Amino acid sequence: MSIIAAILIVLGLFFFSAGTLGILRLPDFYTRLHAAGKCDSLAAVLFVLGIALYTLQDLSFGSILLAIKLLLVAVFVFIASPTATHAITEAALILGVKPWERTKKRKA
Amino acid sequence: MKQLQEKAKQRQLGDSLIIKTAVRLMVPFIQLFGLYVIVHGHYSPGGGFQGGVILGASFILLALAFDMKTSFKHMSEKVNAILGNLGAAIFIGVGLICALVGGLFLDYSALNIIIPLGPVEWRSFGIFLVEVGVGLAVMSIMVLLYWNISSSGKMDEGL
Repeated sequence: MSIIAAILIVLGLFFFSAGTLGILRLPDFYTRLHAAGKCDSLAAVLFVLGIALYTLQDLSFGSILLAIKLLLVAVFVFIASPTATHAITEAALILGVKPWERTKKRKA
Repeated sequence: MKQLQEKAKQRQLGDSLIIKTAVRLMVPFIQLFGLYVIVHGHYSPGGGFQGGVILGASFILLALAFDMKTSFKHMSEKVNAILGNLGAAIFIGVGLICALVGGLFLDYSALNIIIPLGPVEWRSFGIFLVEVGVGLAVMSIMVLLYWNISSSGKMDEGL
């Protein structure tokens, strides 16, 4: 059980670092939001699932209750994070934030 | 890009089906969690202020995702004012009753004279009573502040 939990948490860390790399390196607002929204929602859910499995190591009433609460957190992150990304993107589109285009042409 | 912008401008900002559905799904659970934070405040992190802020945020989310009239439907100005004053009255009232029956202000163990539960139990339960009052007051003041600021005092349209 703890091995699966460790694998899930390491996967979550990988997605978080990929999202951070995307926020730092991608060229404009939309692509950065793409990286942040996708990676963060998946990574947070993986993290929470890993922690829930880790608390289920000793089966008692308290640990099962804690795991159910953590699963609820995962469900609501999965609903709320993409919605927030959608709202921010639409607001940016209406305000007229221009997407990035390649300006310099490469030499053939 | 232009076409997309025109398409998005045709409907009002925040009028999208995705946001409305997600908010409608999440608001009851946010309110339940706010109540949990208030009630569980003296065993775990949380308490009256934090729970009140979460409860108020759920109404602010309604006003943001739909418009202010929808949030008035769920909590009108009158109910809001009553709840805010009731919260402050609970806080002051519990403290004053403690002082009237012979203890200090907010010394809950003095309430043991009215209903004999034991002074330790009354200290725990008295904190719960006071935190319910704090939660009600904080919730209504948060919502009232948002209504007033977002409509610049007119309380009509909102953002």
